[in-house]
Amino acid sequence: MAARDTGAPRLGRLERSALTGVLVREIVNFSSFWRSSTFSSTVEPTIYFLAFGFGFGSLVSRIGGYDYVDFVATGTVATAVLFSSAFPAMFGTFVKYQFQRTYDAILAAPVDTEELVTAEALWIATRAGVYGCMPMVVGIAFGLDLSWGMLVVPLIAWIAGFGWACFGIMIAGYAKSFENFNYVVSAVLTPLFLVAGTFFPLDNLPGWAQFLANFNPLHHLVELVRHAVFGWEGLEDLARLGALLAFGFVLWRIAIRAMTQKLVD
Amino acid sequence: MLNGVEHELAIRLRGVVKRYGPITAVDHLDLDVPLGTCVGLLGPNGAGKSTTMRLLTAQSIADEGELEVLGFRLPEESKMARAQSGVTPQLDNLDTTLTVEQNLLVFAHLYRIARADRRAAIERALEMAMLGDRRASRVDKLSGGMRRRLLIARALIHRPRLVLLDEPTVGLDPQVRQGIWALIDALRSEGTTILMSTHYIEEAQRLADTVLIMSHGSAVASGSPSDLVLEHAGREVLEVYGQPARLAEVEAQAKGEGLQTRGTGTSISILNVDGATSFPAGERRAANLEDVFVLLTGEEIT
Repeated sequence: MAARDTGAPRLGRLERSALTGVLVREIVNFSSFWRSSTFSSTVEPTIYFLAFGFGFGSLVSRIGGYDYVDFVATGTVATAVLFSSAFPAMFGTFVKYQFQRTYDAILAAPVDTEELVTAEALWIATRAGVYGCMPMVVGIAFGLDLSWGMLVVPLIAWIAGFGWACFGIMIAGYAKSFENFNYVVSAVLTPLFLVAGTFFPLDNLPGWAQFLANFNPLHHLVELVRHAVFGWEGLEDLARLGALLAFGFVLWRIAIRAMTQKLVD
Repeated sequence: MLNGVEHELAIRLRGVVKRYGPITAVDHLDLDVPLGTCVGLLGPNGAGKSTTMRLLTAQSIADEGELEVLGFRLPEESKMARAQSGVTPQLDNLDTTLTVEQNLLVFAHLYRIARADRRAAIERALEMAMLGDRRASRVDKLSGGMRRRLLIARALIHRPRLVLLDEPTVGLDPQVRQGIWALIDALRSEGTTILMSTHYIEEAQRLADTVLIMSHGSAVASGSPSDLVLEHAGREVLEVYGQPARLAEVEAQAKGEGLQTRGTGTSISILNVDGATSFPAGERRAANLEDVFVLLTGEEIT
């Protein structure tokens, strides 16, 4: 005879209360390490901006129609987004399931893997949306002109951050050990980072490289941020936004699949 | 049914099989846990106890068989079952950089405790874990016993109908273990249904209404501790000490008379000797659950 409580509410997929529960855990945890996290996520891309902006900037005053310092200040938004989403997602996810067994605890509560991955990605995306703007803020301090378009940069950074968070979670889901991340960083993230149009325009690259850049979400992020700051390009920007949304959606589903395989045997 | 009696069941497993490649971790397991009882899964490491626990939270998916928890079919309706269950894992998975109170707060959210009730639930859990004065302490500053109490309190914060305790006292010193037993006993007396895995004989004997002995993924016996002992080992056991040759002689004699024996290294235990007087001098003692376990599984519990 079953002991079912017929008055219990039916629980569905992607429930707000489950997402909130996981987010509360992240926020409470974040309160204990926000200083170090904020430091590394903002200082690193800012150093890139200062080094390239003023290092190369002393040799190249204008590039692609922009002052080089402004070019780099907007480009390194993508660097900050990448550094504050893909990397913490990869390492944080791996630590949480492999060493801290946090996900075992969460999945014993009424939360499923889809909700867990979604909430984790939403939180990382939110941090990326904030941290991603730091190079732009530093750029403003060094003379980057204010514009209304800057107000949507956090949103663009958030959308891209969600995709890169899902990318990191997916990699953690498939990784057998920390060492596996070396391959991803060297063979995937570093090339994407360098050929995103952050530090130099891609116009002078060979045709095949320019074609491949269309599949680089970081490139779309770089271009969208520049256009938001310096002037929209209409349909081209809509296409780039669509590419970022598609990147986020596809990686979200793959990350859920990878983590389900990892956490449910 | 474990006791041959029709009860409302909190857990019902039928023919459950879980394989990991060539290894069968759970092998055609049947298990009934009536509401309001404490059932102990007793077995050595590797018997399939923890896998069974993971199956009940759908963190493992069975290859064969039927599983129902609180009337919900698994894995499809597992989320509903988990909303009304609490789980204490064998391995500590507390957030060590958070405080005691923050750990409870997180799970108050995860278990969907309404905002108005959250504070009271946390206070109740703190009281249960006797950690009220350590509420602001980071978990990594707590002793092993405190952490274990917090793990149990975390599982109880939403007043679950069913609690799954996976090796609740493993690795704890005897004094701390007594404290955890008192906590589980209090829970049991409140009528909460408990499924507890353990490899400690005393723990099963003391806390469980019903014990299911597992070996190599299968259930080899079930019943109340006293019934199991009476059925399989009788009232008295005779322990005979001596040189190996002498022990072999005694063992042959016991088997010749149709009695079962159990080697314990320096002695041999003859089970079911109630009333028998033809054996050489030895120490007579009350039969216990360990005798039953070794008899049925051929394995010593460590």
